[in-house]
Amino acid sequence: MINRECGVYKTTYQADMAFFRVPLARWTIGVVLVLVIVVIPLIADDYWFGAIILPFLIFSIATIGLNLLTGYCGQISLGHAAFIMVGGYTATIAYIYDVPFIVSVILGGCSAALVGLLFGIPSARIKGLYLAMATLAAQFTLPWVISRVTPFVVPTGLAVAGGDTVYPPALYIFDWRVNTFVEKYYIALIFLILLTIFAMNLTRTRVGRAWIAIRDHDVAARILGFDITYYKLLAFGISSFYAGVAGGLLIFLYFGVAHVGEFGLPLSIRLLAMVLIGGLGSILGNFFGVAFFLLLPIFLNQLVTSIGDAAGIFVSTGITSGVEILIFGTLVIVFLVVEPLGLAKLWGNFKDYFRLWPFSY
Amino acid sequence: MGFFLSLLINGLLTGTLYALVALGLVLIYKASSVLNFAQGVMVLLAGFLVALFIHFSFPVWLAILVAGLAMVGMSFAVERFVLRPLVAQPIISLIMVTLGLALFIQGAQTLASNIWPIFTLDIGISRTPVDIGGVLILPVNIIGAGLAVALFAMVGYLFMYTQTGRALRAISDDHEAALSVGVSIKKLWVIVWGIAGIVGLVAGLVWGSRVSVSIGIAELAFTAFAVVILGGLDSLVGAIIAGLFIGAAENLVAGYVDPMLVALGTSGGTKGFFPYLLMLIVLWIRPYGLFGRETIERV
Repeated sequence: MINRECGVYKTTYQADMAFFRVPLARWTIGVVLVLVIVVIPLIADDYWFGAIILPFLIFSIATIGLNLLTGYCGQISLGHAAFIMVGGYTATIAYIYDVPFIVSVILGGCSAALVGLLFGIPSARIKGLYLAMATLAAQFTLPWVISRVTPFVVPTGLAVAGGDTVYPPALYIFDWRVNTFVEKYYIALIFLILLTIFAMNLTRTRVGRAWIAIRDHDVAARILGFDITYYKLLAFGISSFYAGVAGGLLIFLYFGVAHVGEFGLPLSIRLLAMVLIGGLGSILGNFFGVAFFLLLPIFLNQLVTSIGDAAGIFVSTGITSGVEILIFGTLVIVFLVVEPLGLAKLWGNFKDYFRLWPFSY
Repeated sequence: MGFFLSLLINGLLTGTLYALVALGLVLIYKASSVLNFAQGVMVLLAGFLVALFIHFSFPVWLAILVAGLAMVGMSFAVERFVLRPLVAQPIISLIMVTLGLALFIQGAQTLASNIWPIFTLDIGISRTPVDIGGVLILPVNIIGAGLAVALFAMVGYLFMYTQTGRALRAISDDHEAALSVGVSIKKLWVIVWGIAGIVGLVAGLVWGSRVSVSIGIAELAFTAFAVVILGGLDSLVGAIIAGLFIGAAENLVAGYVDPMLVALGTSGGTKGFFPYLLMLIVLWIRPYGLFGRETIERV
């Protein structure tokens, strides 16, 4: 709807696969960039940054990674929270040992990618559910390993007994002390923009096409000559890299502390639900999905509390969180049954309706 | 020797329940090639329902009966509203839908447990361990193992000697061929999900009265995934043997390795770790498990 496609005739394959497929897209992207770089820091307050915007940016990175794996390559991962944790802990520990922050985060991404590859090996041998099971194993084994290993590598004083919790030192980038929400916002934003562009470009290249081919029909893809094992593991590695980067950012910019309990199976399932509701196989859909998941609890909280007030019942946080999980579960089922391509598809339908508006047939 | 025997026997008793939950997973897998990720919270839900009905001063037997009926009723609802619309969809959707179902049940349970804060389940079984030949055993574990064996026998009979069992075996052999000779997949789905619910009820009863009715017992039930991978996703015998093995092995490993880890200056807790490590090793070496059918499509 925003980018009118009327009168744009593509005559070459290159034009059809271009990054900006419509001339107007340059302008809308430009407007969005101005909005996020200039306008949001001016109007958002600390509550919005802390509760919505920062988690939105960071979880978007994680879900883009998961979407590359699940939405594009068709492999399911139930262990992404564990890969986020591996990245986060690596970044934290590297930073404790005086590695510069940016390098620490990238190192976290690389270590998560390596661990991810290790757990992705079964997907190369056999197809179907086995990757889901291997990643489930990751989800249950990695937290154990990490909380047993950290007491040996983290200097005492920074870790809490038992190794579950590590406090990273204050965040400096060179001599710049990163303290306010706006500064954190820009750091997360830069990572997100770079990784989004990378993912969008990746899906337009040979690799992305190979993933989609494998997702749609793996036997046919093999017959066409794609090396399935290579591309599946590549998807897994890149996806875990995104998770690892998100982990570093999550600990340094959002949680402020590394705690194993934050990265359990519920987070993995939540990430999958974000990807699914946002739209499998759509980069734009990730943003819808994450925003939806962050905004819905706030909205529900208000709604449930006001219903409780009207009925004269005290509504505890337990009740609202129960309602929240219930609604997420229902939405996952409803989306799978009614609109398996998620919010991105709904947005597409909306756009299609207005494509020829007001002169539709 | 007494220590070893005690670990082994208690482990085996827990193992029967793992095997039971794994049986539910295997049956659903055979009927629809889907791993049911909602199995863990179904255990939680069943345990919670029994506790809830007891809280409403139902007699224990009636509470268990009503909870069992509720689980069977749920299997009808699941078939009608969740599985039927997804016939002929890719497997990945079916996996995800069980995750959605898991969230749904977990949310409902969280909601209910905040309205009626019940966390203990008392079905009138003593909590003091009994001494059998020098090994201390909780009575509830013995009852649980007995129920599990009875259920194994029933499912085994159903599977081998009835029309339904033949239909189930047919559908797991060849989906389309079975459908073409008139096997009703809808009926089978209700049956396997119903069995999964009953299995969850037994596990929920035992674990709920041993520990408490909380999300912890859902996580305990996740061990059944390690069991089905070790035993083979489509093997009932494998589920039973692997269940017993994992129950015993995790107890032994925890008993002997935990003190070593603590001595090293870190913490133990190997019990929650070992089954998944084993599962990972199986996935690397022999992904179809010990007794599973080897269907490798080399692509």
